[in-house]
Amino acid sequence: MHTVLEVANVEKYYGNKGSLTKALDKISFEVQEGEFVGIMGASGSGKTTLLNCISTIDRVTSGKIIVNDMDITRLRGNHLNRFRREELGFIFQEFNLLDTLTAYENIALALSIQRVKPEKIAEKVEKTAKELDISSVLHKYPYEMSGGQKQRVACARAIITQPQLVLADEPTGALDSKSARMLLESFQYMNQKLGATLLMVTHDAFTASYADRILFIKDGKLFNELHRGEDSRKEFFGRIIEVVTLLGGELNDVL
Amino acid sequence: MFFRLSLKNMKKSFKDYAIYFLTLILGVAIFYIFNSLDSQQAMSVMGNSTYEIIDFMIQMLGGVSVFVSFILGFLIVYANNFLIKRRNKEFGIYMTLGMGKMQISRILLGETFLIGLLSLAVGLLIGIFGAQFMSLLVVRMFNGVMDGYQFVFSGDAFWKTILYFGIMFLIVAVFNVISLSRYTLSELLAAGRKNEKIGMKNPIRCVVVFLLAVADLAYQYYQVSHPEEITTSGILVIILAGCVGTFLFFWSLSGFLLQIFQKSRKYYLRDLNAFILRQIHSKVNTMVFSMTLICLMLFLTICVLGGGLGINFSFQKMLRELTPVDVNFTDISGAEASTKLKEKGFDMSLLEDGYVEVSFYNTPELTLKDTLDRTGLDVDISGLAVNLEGNEIQETIMKESEYNRLAALYGMEPVEVEEDTYAIVSDYEVTEELRNQLLKAGKTISLNGKTYEPAYENCVYGFVEMMANHGNTGIFILADDQVREEWRGSSFLAGDYRADTQKEKEQIDQEVMKYDVTNMSDGLLINTKIDIIAVSGGLSASVTFVSIYLGIIFLICSAAILALKELSESSDNKERYAMLRKLGTDEKMINQALFRQIGIFFFIPLLLAAVHSVFGMIFIKIALQSLGRIDYFSSVLAAAVIFILIYGAYFLLTYFGSKRIIRNP
Repeated sequence: MHTVLEVANVEKYYGNKGSLTKALDKISFEVQEGEFVGIMGASGSGKTTLLNCISTIDRVTSGKIIVNDMDITRLRGNHLNRFRREELGFIFQEFNLLDTLTAYENIALALSIQRVKPEKIAEKVEKTAKELDISSVLHKYPYEMSGGQKQRVACARAIITQPQLVLADEPTGALDSKSARMLLESFQYMNQKLGATLLMVTHDAFTASYADRILFIKDGKLFNELHRGEDSRKEFFGRIIEVVTLLGGELNDVL
Repeated sequence: MFFRLSLKNMKKSFKDYAIYFLTLILGVAIFYIFNSLDSQQAMSVMGNSTYEIIDFMIQMLGGVSVFVSFILGFLIVYANNFLIKRRNKEFGIYMTLGMGKMQISRILLGETFLIGLLSLAVGLLIGIFGAQFMSLLVVRMFNGVMDGYQFVFSGDAFWKTILYFGIMFLIVAVFNVISLSRYTLSELLAAGRKNEKIGMKNPIRCVVVFLLAVADLAYQYYQVSHPEEITTSGILVIILAGCVGTFLFFWSLSGFLLQIFQKSRKYYLRDLNAFILRQIHSKVNTMVFSMTLICLMLFLTICVLGGGLGINFSFQKMLRELTPVDVNFTDISGAEASTKLKEKGFDMSLLEDGYVEVSFYNTPELTLKDTLDRTGLDVDISGLAVNLEGNEIQETIMKESEYNRLAALYGMEPVEVEEDTYAIVSDYEVTEELRNQLLKAGKTISLNGKTYEPAYENCVYGFVEMMANHGNTGIFILADDQVREEWRGSSFLAGDYRADTQKEKEQIDQEVMKYDVTNMSDGLLINTKIDIIAVSGGLSASVTFVSIYLGIIFLICSAAILALKELSESSDNKERYAMLRKLGTDEKMINQALFRQIGIFFFIPLLLAAVHSVFGMIFIKIALQSLGRIDYFSSVLAAAVIFILIYGAYFLLTYFGSKRIIRNP
């Protein structure tokens, strides 16, 4: 299997000499092609920093992040932009759709900035929309859609470019439980049927239970790792809760 | 402590204040330049002898300055309010820290004081140097020659500028304190957050409204370019309809464009085109009113600048054409002009040898009543003809040979008439038209019991007496032997001074003018080129200066308001552009999108204003026909240069300012 993402000894420090905060402390892991990986941790554990480093929004202090055989910590300027638009797909907690554009245009935007030929864009947008069951809202503006619809539009935008890796930051954070469930089913569909590699940050055990593998982070270090294996989602959920309990009280409040 | 805070704030937000500073500095500089015109050396080239006209101009500029200071005052208060709003959160933080409103007011006062001081200093410096360029411009504009360069500083204008702007800053300070006292802490802290609801318009309605607006504007354009049938109240209706049309145009433009471009997927989905169009579409709701206002202001600016300069250019051209020689003497008492001059002790050697002396004849046999009589002719009745019909004023007659000698001196076409024909020489369009109709119809005149046929189908262009504008309503030219000596009315002499340089000419002119007033009662009238140019040149200069002054002020206002509007939107933009960046859009593409977005907001109103102005100028041209033909080309060029410099500066500052805002996290 092909390794899509390799995080090797990544450190990220904030602050100056006087007061140093280690947000990430020599963290290492790998993600294989076609995996659905969840990252869990309490607030302040460094999971968002990790995601920001992988998405090149933030820079690492030391260590390597290799995506598709390319060390992205060495990329600069427009190479970074290029990496982001060609290799990554993003799904944010707050949807981050452009409020001035319709769903269709929001999805097409990801292709437009790759300078894909406009004739091809229409076809791709409609295909992806069908797969994620949002064809009916394509010509609506974000303010006319429900949270779940918005998030699925964001998913469509993230996967339409067929990225190496889709990064999701608390994707269910702003959704009610029904929408969250629908979204996570979409994630599974994207992962299993469309072959997308997903890396999802969450502090919600229910959301995490949809993943194949879960990495637990505490104080910037890898604390534990869980493989779903042949377990059902419910059994897996139980094992997650156990680790969360082990991790300490901080995560309990989110259950 | 508070002063240091003010100073630090200013340093920190210097770039935010760029537009504000530019506006203040330009305002100060222009205010100084136009108020210092009187003490400028350039004014001396416009006429040594006529200081009254310059006085008049100074008074006019002074009055306009009061008006201008009101406009600038409003603009400064507006711009300042915009900056205060941006800093609401900062004030909120001060207040949570326990700072009282009085203390914050003191910080604000300190800032206003510093900004005022800085912009006054820089503005005055630019103004003082700009005034020197202005001098050169004035000299060029009025074809004068400046004897040696001299640096001029006007103390009056200097103090006046400080006084006026000092008052303005005081008002700004008061406004600041008042607006601050109205806020509550929670309002200040919540200033960053606001619920954005984007109203999208019905696209079909947009298309319909757009077509209506275009049709309305087209109809108004048609009307102004055919002004013959327009009444005064009609003009008001056209202006109103034009304003409404402009408003609807902006209201529906983006929706219309969206419809068009969405049809062409190829264009719409390329690069960030969809994003740019949507950006504009979403902002049009809040911008439509100011865009309309700015478009109309720009329209006014272009018309005032172009029209004012145009009138001046054509006026100067006409003046040169109408004053081909240095001096005209007319003796209406009947004696020979030269004899009369010698009698009075005038030294004829002051004149070049080639001077021409002619006589004017008139007789009760040939009056307006006779020459405009249409009996038996197929000629339209026009308003003026009816008015003049019964008039007993005697027409002026000249001998063919005498007129041709004068024409040769003036560099005009000679006239040829036979024993039984006549010709009319005229340069006044209104009567010319009247007479041309009659000439074409074969109008005959009777004198000495003889009948004369027209020698030409039209009036011949020409004039005899020098004047500031075209005013020769018609002189009848007859063959020499057809003119009877007993009709002799007055005598006329035209010639050049015996001088090589402008300075010598001015000296002789002063000598000649001594004979003017003293001999008026004896029937001796003197007209000199220098005098005519000084009086009417001064008048046209006043018009020009006032129009440039107002034009530039209007321009600054429109550009500043647009720039501030655009910048205040950039906090919304910030999130959207940050989103684009997260998705991995190239910096180049982002900058291009921002450039286009701002460019469209700046140049669409300008474009429509330019189209408005084309028709506005056509209207001015026709309406001011009697003033002479307005030559627009060079004036439009001059106006365009001023325009591009100022408008372009605001555009670029807005672009770089917004770029900075969307780039900062």
